[in-house]
Amino acid sequence: MTETLKAPPTDPLMPLLDSLDPEMHEGPTWLTPIRKAGVAGYASSGCPTLSDEDWRFTNLDPMRSCSFQHPSDSKGISKEAFQSIENPLKDPACIRVVLVDGIFNETLSDRSLLPEEVCLRSLKQAVQDPESPLKNHLGQYTYGNDSPFAALNAACFEDGICLKVPKGVQLELPIQIMHVATAQPQASAIFARCWIHMEAGSKATVMESFHGMDQGVYLSAPTLECLVEDNAYLEHIKVQDESKQAFHMASIYARITRDARMDSHHLSLGGRISRNHIRTHLDGPGLCCTLNGLSLAQGDQIIDHHMVVDHAQPHTESHEYFNGILDDQSRSVFHGRIHVRQVAQKTDAKQTNKNLLLSDAATADTKPQLEIYADDVRCTHGATIGQLDDQAIWYLRARGIPLARARRMLVHAFAGEIIDRIEHPNIRKSLDDLVWEQLEALPHFHAHTSTPLS
Amino acid sequence: MSNPSLLRITNLQAGVEGRKILKGIDLEIQSGEVHAIMGPNGSGKSTLASVIAGREGYEILGGNIHFKDQDILECAPEERAHLGLFLAFQYPVEIPGVNTTYFLKSAINEVRKARGEKELDAVAFLKYIKEKAALLDLPEDFLKRSLNVGFSGGEKKRNEIFQMAALEPVMAVLDETDSGLDIDALKVVANGVNQLRSPQTSQLVITHYQRLLDYIVPDVVHVLYDGRIIKSGPKELALKLEEKGYDWVIEEAQATTAALSH
Repeated sequence: MTETLKAPPTDPLMPLLDSLDPEMHEGPTWLTPIRKAGVAGYASSGCPTLSDEDWRFTNLDPMRSCSFQHPSDSKGISKEAFQSIENPLKDPACIRVVLVDGIFNETLSDRSLLPEEVCLRSLKQAVQDPESPLKNHLGQYTYGNDSPFAALNAACFEDGICLKVPKGVQLELPIQIMHVATAQPQASAIFARCWIHMEAGSKATVMESFHGMDQGVYLSAPTLECLVEDNAYLEHIKVQDESKQAFHMASIYARITRDARMDSHHLSLGGRISRNHIRTHLDGPGLCCTLNGLSLAQGDQIIDHHMVVDHAQPHTESHEYFNGILDDQSRSVFHGRIHVRQVAQKTDAKQTNKNLLLSDAATADTKPQLEIYADDVRCTHGATIGQLDDQAIWYLRARGIPLARARRMLVHAFAGEIIDRIEHPNIRKSLDDLVWEQLEALPHFHAHTSTPLS
Repeated sequence: MSNPSLLRITNLQAGVEGRKILKGIDLEIQSGEVHAIMGPNGSGKSTLASVIAGREGYEILGGNIHFKDQDILECAPEERAHLGLFLAFQYPVEIPGVNTTYFLKSAINEVRKARGEKELDAVAFLKYIKEKAALLDLPEDFLKRSLNVGFSGGEKKRNEIFQMAALEPVMAVLDETDSGLDIDALKVVANGVNQLRSPQTSQLVITHYQRLLDYIVPDVVHVLYDGRIIKSGPKELALKLEEKGYDWVIEEAQATTAALSH
């Protein structure tokens, strides 16, 4: 096989690079190398295929038959349409910023409760602001665009959100970043770019939620970069509830420093094919990073998590917990690599991936990887794929709990393991309700299957 | 009949995957009685307990089980529980993510609902459950924990008896509840069982050791061997089994069978 150095002409996303508009996709001179690297990065890889090791379980063929365009007309959406969106954050007391097709929408946003010292604004505005420190950070944490979609985002992003929580500021109210994709006459490609900077000793809860209007076909390829500095705490919650026809290719990068903590929760519900590409750089002793995810899939959905946790300093701790509940012929893919550098002695890393299959046709691919160069570390991983535990069902029924209710209790418990790790009480409650509602709607949730004796 | 049996098992034959384990069990238990079933490993004791409680996966090859004059072989396990049957598990199952309080409230209210009683609200339930927990000397925090998760062997068994106390069954089957318990835990468990004895309730105690029967005194002792009850007798039979083992009973039974076939 000859190696392809340039994306083939049939690549569904190359036209996006050919149709970049200098007015929207250039910006100040400091951005030029980032743009160029993005274009070059995508052009060299193109849209991934199954022969690419990192994509061997996630077939992007359905994407290849679409022709994507930059959103032509970002008129935004009406207040009524906006209110019809099922918002997973029920808390009325929150700070909310809204991106419509990747563009900041002032009218739908509400920053009235934002403390003065916290900076939360449109990324486009921050990029154009010569005073903004953004130029020192943007694109600095992305491991050289190690995913084609992160490269594409670097080349194409126009707007997004910029959040900076200054030193020592503890934000009590959660911040929600809502990403709304509108229905467009042609499949659109949306590249939101978000940047979260937690200065030393600060604390915040940030929920990113992704929503699609009218079950449209589109590509959403957001990039989030985070810097969590000494002793800061960021609780990040990502709720992916895109259109069931959409493609969601997210890249999440975080650099965490001394004694800081970052929890990143990932609830994946929507999308035809969705992927979270997560890279965390554990760059200081005493820090702790938790990646915690729940995927609910049905129909032909594919939900993929591709993660590298990079232990770059001694005495760092990481946890990865990913549970999937799969119905119909859906698939989940888990790729988790724990990378322990030679200096990273006393690393404590734990990884689990559990999958519950509600249908015989559902599949789960799990690929844990340990890459360890230090000699005094503790790294564990485990994976399970299976059906509801017959023993547990029998036990519950013997106590008088009917079969259907016993099944529900067990599925709920499986999802609850993940949801319970969310620290913010209102968000935990809202997401628990949301998950429960979605579980009840799964086709084989109530199915009466016989439970053979093990 | 003036005094109908609470549980009546007639010529029960059952197996799993084509292997016959129970080969014709006959057993009658009246209200207020405690029966013990003893027997060597592999005689079918746990299978009998599972089949009475309605575990799926066993093939019923003949005979029947009547509970409160109702044929229960066609009933689902939850329906049997609603009728007042309770099985204390030999190996209680750990269920992560299912909170003990939530589980108990669901179980109690399902049983109450089936009996046409009003469901307990949260306040009434907690009051009720704390009284029962005190009875078994259980730490209150275990109510907040996931069901059986991280419990020691003894705690799991106490939790079984606690659930029995909470569900107030008419008939309880205790499947080797004493296995793996030290003497103090055994006394607590036996005490819990004894407090539930009444003229209206019955217990079937399955055990491998005579020791438990010092604390839960049976009216009748049965010996189960190779899927049949080969001997029944008063409580003293248990002492004799402890002293002499099972061989003499087995030989006696084989001699009787041989004599009958001649």
